[in-house]
Parts: sequence; C-alpha cells; structure tokens
Amino acid sequence: MTSRPALFFIAALLIISSSLAGFATSNGAWLTNVPQRERERANPYRDQPDAVAAGRRIYLDHCAHCHGNDADGTKKRPSLKSARVQQEVTDGDLHWLLVNGNRGQGMPSWVKLGDPQIWQVICYVKSLH
Amino acid sequence: MERRMNRPVGCLAPEFGIQPGVSVDRPGILTCFVRTVLARTGYAALLLVGVVLPSYLESRGQEYPYFVTYSQEMEEPGNLDIEMFNVVGNPQGGNSFIGSDIEFEYGLKGWWTTEFYLDGQATQNQSTIFTGFRWENRFRPLPREHWINPVFYAEFEDTSADKTIREVVGHDGRYDFLVPNGLAHMDKERELELKLILGSNLRGWNISENFIAEKNLAGDPWEFGYAFGVSRPLQLAARAHECVFCPEKFQAGIEMYGGLGDTDGFGLHLTSQYLGPTVNWTTPNGMTVALSPQFGLNGYSIPVLYRFSVSYEFQQFFSHFHRSGQ
Repeated sequence: MTSRPALFFIAALLIISSSLAGFATSNGAWLTNVPQRERERANPYRDQPDAVAAGRRIYLDHCAHCHGNDADGTKKRPSLKSARVQQEVTDGDLHWLLVNGNRGQGMPSWVKLGDPQIWQVICYVKSLH
Repeated sequence: MERRMNRPVGCLAPEFGIQPGVSVDRPGILTCFVRTVLARTGYAALLLVGVVLPSYLESRGQEYPYFVTYSQEMEEPGNLDIEMFNVVGNPQGGNSFIGSDIEFEYGLKGWWTTEFYLDGQATQNQSTIFTGFRWENRFRPLPREHWINPVFYAEFEDTSADKTIREVVGHDGRYDFLVPNGLAHMDKERELELKLILGSNLRGWNISENFIAEKNLAGDPWEFGYAFGVSRPLQLAARAHECVFCPEKFQAGIEMYGGLGDTDGFGLHLTSQYLGPTVNWTTPNGMTVALSPQFGLNGYSIPVLYRFSVSYEFQQFFSHFHRSGQ
C-alpha cells in the first residue's frame, strides 16, 4: 500500500514544478527592472588595480564557464565585451544583476560571493573594454 | 575459559552469529567501511573518483559550511555537485558508527535544484550496510533577492538503519542508535519530508533557518524539526593573487538543529538537540572540505557527533560531453 502515497508525492512534485515554471519566463529586459537607486551605486573598488586582478580570479572561478575565459561569450551566453555591457550598463546595474540574477535566463544570483567580491568582478569586467 | 579466534572477522559478519564467550579480532570501523565500499563498488568507483572526475575539476568555492541546514542558495543551472558527507558518533551504551552518504546535486533551472543521495553506515562490532536512497527537490519561488528568501523542499526517502543524521525530527534520539543493524535493517522507512527553508544574506553573513515536517508513509504521525545556521567568510574581499590558506578560502559559522516532537506532542520534550561550530576550506583546485564537531545538548542526544565532508563541483557538467562530441 506504499505505492499510492509515492505516486501522490510524484504527482504533487510535477504539479509544483509546472506551477513554478511561470517564474522561469524569459526576461531579456532585466535592465528595466533595476531601480534608479541601485543603478547609481558607486563601485568602491573602482580604479584599483588589485581589484581588477582579484576580480579576474573570481571571474575565472565562477563566470568563465558560461561567458568564456576571455568574456567573449559562448554559444548561449552573452559576451561581456559588448557595447551594452561596457558603455550602457553602469556598475550599479551589474551589481544588481549579480545580486538578483536573471534565473529565467539561466543567470544565477551571486549574492553568496558578498558585496566586495561582486564589486571586484565588476571592476574586471569593466576593464575589458 | 575464554576461547579466542585469531582470524579477523569480515565486516559483513552478522552480529548475532558469534557464540557467547568467543572473542574475535575485528577490523577497525574505518578499515571495515572502506573495505566493504571497495568490495561492493569495485574499481569502477576508483576509476571515476581518481581519474575521470579530476579531469573535469573546476575551481570554485563559497559553499556554506552547513551539514544539516539548507541555505536559500540553489545549484547553478547545469552544474553538478558531488559531495561525500560523513558523521561519526558514539552513543552511550552503544557502538561507534560512521554514517555516510554521497550526494549528487544538479541545477536543473535557476529556481529548481534536484539531489539524489545514496546512504550507508558502518557500526563497530556489527556490520557495514547500504541503508537506502533519497531524492529531493528544492524550488525557489521568488526570482529576486529579498531580506528573507524562501525555498520549498520536498524529499522522498527509502531507508533502513540510517545513521547519516541529515536531519533530526520528532523524538529521534540516541536510543535509536542502540538497535543492532540486523534488526534495524529490517525496518524499512519510506518517508516524505517537507521543509520550508528561509535564508538571508546580510553584510557577508548568511543566516538560514529550516522548518521540517516528516511523515512515514506507513502511517506514523507527522514529525517536526528545525535547523539553524549562521556563517561568514573569514574575509569578504578576494586577494589579487592566488593563495591556498588565505582567509577568503575559509567560511566559519555555527549550526544548531533538533527535533520538535510530532503531532501527538509538539515541543522539545524527549527530543535531541545539537549545537556546534563548523568551518570549511576551499582548496585551489576547487575541492571543499568541511569539518564540524557537534555537541548533544541533552541526555537524549548523542554526546558528540564529528562531521566531515568533501565536495567537488563540476561546472556546466554536460557541456563537457557536448564539446567532446564535436
């Protein structure tokens, strides 16, 4: 008689999964979600050579597998050398993206790195222009 | 007159098959466990662990040092984390044991992580046994970061004589560990476990709380438990140069967990409770090692549990196969 509860559990799991799939809808316009206050945040590590070097280490550890060792992007993931990332997007925008992620598009949150490491990796990305 | 057999007894010898008054030489618990694992999994496991996996190793880190508590963090989509958890304990009036499980955690989506566990244990003077499997799924309903981030967790487990102590619920206590493996292994436990995971990141600190409800599908009442963890890297900013023992490679914290009774009697009465410091270290090649002594807070608990784990994470695991096929 244990098979019925097991089947119930699996069915419930599938229902939960389906209902949550709505959260995975694409959001290509993540920039429009960034609050003005976040956009204007200043990078406390800006123009620090050590921060760029540290950011490169963090980038290679966590980001290079999707965005490429040289940040040129891969088949499914965007280049970080594009004009949009290098000129249009502010440090604050990138910080917001790294904290919140864009889960529907496969970009996880990196809040676990902590603010200092997030700012450091932004220093590195912005140094690639 | 004591009779003595000088030949060692195998790890799988039944605990009830020895005549009274016969003393036997038994291998140590770790030797026994390793010998049995090797015998049962053969060289394929050695090949996998020793040759194949290191070739895929990618540097990574920033895992929280928790053994029981779940944080709000999900596995990154496409990443596979393989982790070996171990716990060593010596319940009063019983035999020392080591409970182990190997975990395969995969990020299916940014909001969905699935994990599969294989569990086993070895008990001194008894046996080494495979105790079952568990399959769990975690769902994160809110796409962005908030002050408190909820995650829903659902698990199905099919175990018997489990000693991995990955959670404590109901009236779980040290007396459960006094039952001989031969008897405990006959008691199959098919259970549904639900958790509400709440996690926050604040100025480098991670604070995680779990509320657990577990039900044996054979009809026992719902059992409840909790887990709480707080941790922080020893240093938040990274250094410019690669280092092995620099502070940002370490995370330290405290973990506390225990039972909260069941639907017949909710509360702390006749429950076991544990508290202990925990620390992990990420090596330059991406392996994370974690250690924690956890102390029983009342007479219903095992006095001390020693936990340790080793984990590797393979980033974009299946992309390796795509590339090799091109």
